Amino acid sequence: MLSELPLLSFVIWFPILGGVAVLFVGDDNPGRAKVLALTVAILTFLISIPLYSWFDPATAAMQFQEFLPWIPAFNANYHLGVDGFSMPLILLTAFMNLLVVIAGWEVVQYRVAQYMAAFLIMAGLMIGVFAALDAILFYVFFEAMLIPMFLVIGIWGGPRRVYATVKFFLYTFLGSVFMLIALIYMYNQANSFEILDFHKLPLTLTEQVLIFFSFLLGFGVKVPMWPVHTWLPDAHVEAPTGGSVILAAITLKIGGYGFLRFALPITPDASSMLDWLIITLSLVAVIYISLVALIQQDMKKLIAYSSIAHMGFVTLGFFIAFGIYRHTGSLSGAAMGVEGGMVQMVSHGFISGALFLCVGVLYDRVHSRLIKDYGGVVNTMPVFAAFMVLFAMANAGLPGTSGFVGEFMVILSSFKASFWLAFLAATTLMLGAAYTLWLVKRVVFGDIGNSHVAELQDVNTREIVMLSLLAAAVLLLGLWPDPLTSVMHTTVDNLLQHITVTKL
Amino acid sequence: MNFVAPDFMPVLPELFVLILACLVLVIDVFLEQQQRHITYGLAQLTLLGAALLTLATYAQAPTTTMFGHYVKDAMGDLLKLCIYLASAAVFLYSRDYLRQRDLFKGEYYVLGLFGVLGMMIMVSAHSLLSVYLGLELLSLSLYALVAIDRDSPVASEAAMKYFVLGSLASGMLLYGISMVYGATGSVDLQVVADAVAKQGTSNLVLVFGLVFLVVGLAFKLGAVPFHMWLPDVYQGAPTSVTLYIGSAPKLAAFALVMRILVDGLGALQNDWQQMLIILSVLSIALGNLVAIVQSNIKRMLAYSTISHVGFLLLGILAGTPEGYSAAMFYTVVYVLMAVGAFGVVLMLSRTGFEAENIDDFKGLNDRNPWLAFLMMLIMMSMAGIPLLVGFYAKWVVLQAVVDIGLVWLAIYGVAFSVIGAFYYLRVVKCIYFDKAEQSEPIELSRDTGIIISANGLLLVVLGLYPTALMTWCATALLN
Repeated sequence: MLSELPLLSFVIWFPILGGVAVLFVGDDNPGRAKVLALTVAILTFLISIPLYSWFDPATAAMQFQEFLPWIPAFNANYHLGVDGFSMPLILLTAFMNLLVVIAGWEVVQYRVAQYMAAFLIMAGLMIGVFAALDAILFYVFFEAMLIPMFLVIGIWGGPRRVYATVKFFLYTFLGSVFMLIALIYMYNQANSFEILDFHKLPLTLTEQVLIFFSFLLGFGVKVPMWPVHTWLPDAHVEAPTGGSVILAAITLKIGGYGFLRFALPITPDASSMLDWLIITLSLVAVIYISLVALIQQDMKKLIAYSSIAHMGFVTLGFFIAFGIYRHTGSLSGAAMGVEGGMVQMVSHGFISGALFLCVGVLYDRVHSRLIKDYGGVVNTMPVFAAFMVLFAMANAGLPGTSGFVGEFMVILSSFKASFWLAFLAATTLMLGAAYTLWLVKRVVFGDIGNSHVAELQDVNTREIVMLSLLAAAVLLLGLWPDPLTSVMHTTVDNLLQHITVTKL
Repeated sequence: MNFVAPDFMPVLPELFVLILACLVLVIDVFLEQQQRHITYGLAQLTLLGAALLTLATYAQAPTTTMFGHYVKDAMGDLLKLCIYLASAAVFLYSRDYLRQRDLFKGEYYVLGLFGVLGMMIMVSAHSLLSVYLGLELLSLSLYALVAIDRDSPVASEAAMKYFVLGSLASGMLLYGISMVYGATGSVDLQVVADAVAKQGTSNLVLVFGLVFLVVGLAFKLGAVPFHMWLPDVYQGAPTSVTLYIGSAPKLAAFALVMRILVDGLGALQNDWQQMLIILSVLSIALGNLVAIVQSNIKRMLAYSTISHVGFLLLGILAGTPEGYSAAMFYTVVYVLMAVGAFGVVLMLSRTGFEAENIDDFKGLNDRNPWLAFLMMLIMMSMAGIPLLVGFYAKWVVLQAVVDIGLVWLAIYGVAFSVIGAFYYLRVVKCIYFDKAEQSEPIELSRDTGIIISANGLLLVVLGLYPTALMTWCATALLN
């Protein structure tokens, strides 16, 4: 009975309607708006938990399905459902949304209600992206989410916010419009916008290649993959802390999710044929972007580049599967790559979110993001320093943290495809450690750098709550990844069985 | 020769508007300036009455009357309802603006009603002659409206330009009509259609006439390369008149194209499809590119209109029932957005201050957050971002061109819609990211506030559930 509730609709529309309500409370009542926003965020997260606890990990079929006719003329329907890929990401979104609301509590002074409302509405739209099983519905959520993010960066961002936000908008918009054409094209063949029908749609190799490139544009920009990554450092640097957190933790994951939901199953032959391309781009991201991160002066920019490098691991894990299958014929080996990519996505959501929150904590006090303006923070903020070091270690992939699990799985599976691939991928362990630890050394350790640092106050209760939640998540996932991997096993196996059968 | 009176029932709304417009003209003469709101009220009543009459006699199956010069069908009735709605919103939004500028005169409403009558005739015309009559009635009203502010040199210049170029276009159209008449021996669209189907492209005169017709239509629509008048007129006319020109007449222009090209010369589809592709490709490119460099919001919206016309043509040139209904949906949605956009521009203007530049939108979020939000919705909708109805409009026309195999045209369209998004974003940027240069809050009268809110929120409502409007358009074209 309970499981027949339209849970997914609740998780999508509750924060959106809550956001509208917050908007109506208005900026004249910042206190009331904040309380309302927090309530909505907490309730959203609570509503999303049954998605996990009632989830049946034994089946790869879509669960919690909802189906309503929407635009009958084009056979587009309001069709929702989740599987092992989308369900964890929905939980991640609801969780990060809650943190963002807490993070903005005292920091945001200008137009508080609009700020909170933007994030709540965005959370609902992003959950919609993960839950949609209809291509047009997916596209609608996928694009609509640009509007609140555009406003968030533009209104509450840094000095170059207008440039950054317009770049962000146009980049992602350009990436996705071509996907729309691909979707329309497939509709004409399948006479349906169901994503699952697209999975079964037979396509010639030429069609597959073209469709694959349209997906690559759409999702590659979101991930972002080298060389279309340049919007990300700008957007991250200029966005307010909450915006950076959502960008890194969720928006990027939508790109990775898109590959799993669209590119791999709809165009398996093109994906298999062009896997070298994605693998090359991923390795460039891993190695080259890591080197770029090394020389950054700006903490946020450094973490932004580190995000690109880590997302390179995700795409590597997804596409290495083809190589493994060709090389060994073993599906279970390939499964480890895809699963590693998924774990990396969730883990990176926590870690990058946490790091941006840490930078936010420092920025709120000193109003600078430059590394050289800090030094010896540990002396004045010992509690904060402990958190920061933990998250930095997780970012570098220290065993025992969630960062290790995903990277290790991907590297391990790369070995099965080719030693050299694994070797190149493994350089991240070195480079990642280099830029993260160097950042920590310069910011946290050493002598007190200047008078601003000397006056720093340690984290308050609100900040401790927010950082502890993330620390718990990072450690839990690192020590005991099974709750996450067990829900996706069946889905991954199902995907691999699907994509190893040619559509030609 | 005995005279048989035609059936007047199908033209009841037109007769009603004609009589009421004349009545308003007469009554207005006897009114003092402070009683002018009576004229305004009567004009709105006329539209309401016409809407009720149209609804009461909503066509199930097409009936022709007036000796085949006039047809009442569902497409016409639906478009008429949209025209009344758009015009009513135009009259309302303009009221305070006109009042502040001493332009609150009966002429605006009388000419406006005659324009509506012209549009109604265009929409329901069933012969080349009545199409032309309706078009001229509309155009003459518009020429006069543009010049309504007699003391403004810019407006007079715009009116002159509009008149000369508009007459040229009418001449082209008439020339084309005469050739088609010569080739087919009739102006009745049904007879023309049958004759054209029989002769096909073998008759060179017919094809020649078609070229002139398309040129005339392109002029009226504002499609590149026949768009020159549009930016100047939009910019030069008083904003309330720009609002009028930019809204309901687009619906009539759509009907004009449908009546002439599809109903009349449908058999020549292969020929006009090529021409429309060229017009559409050029309009989409030029409209979007040139709009980027505009600093005047009215001019920017004019170029944006040109690009929207390009998208609208995509639906028509597909030449399928789905394409036509897509184009109709696009037109209705576009008019809804245009009314809102120009409406907000009007509301930013006050006594002694003309909101003309994009910079005038700076800091609107601080001056009136609700109006800022509505304008943001309108701009995002024009850019074709989902959850707003503008996306569905773009989607259905793209679907129509992909259906007939013109994938490259769809890719071309979306590429330019990304370029187009830039200038819409710039307005949003001014509204939300920039500091206000003037700090006084913007007050709206209550009825204006309600209607502009409804206008903006309708974009979201239709964006969540576009099916109803899509179905209306599709069924209206089917019978």
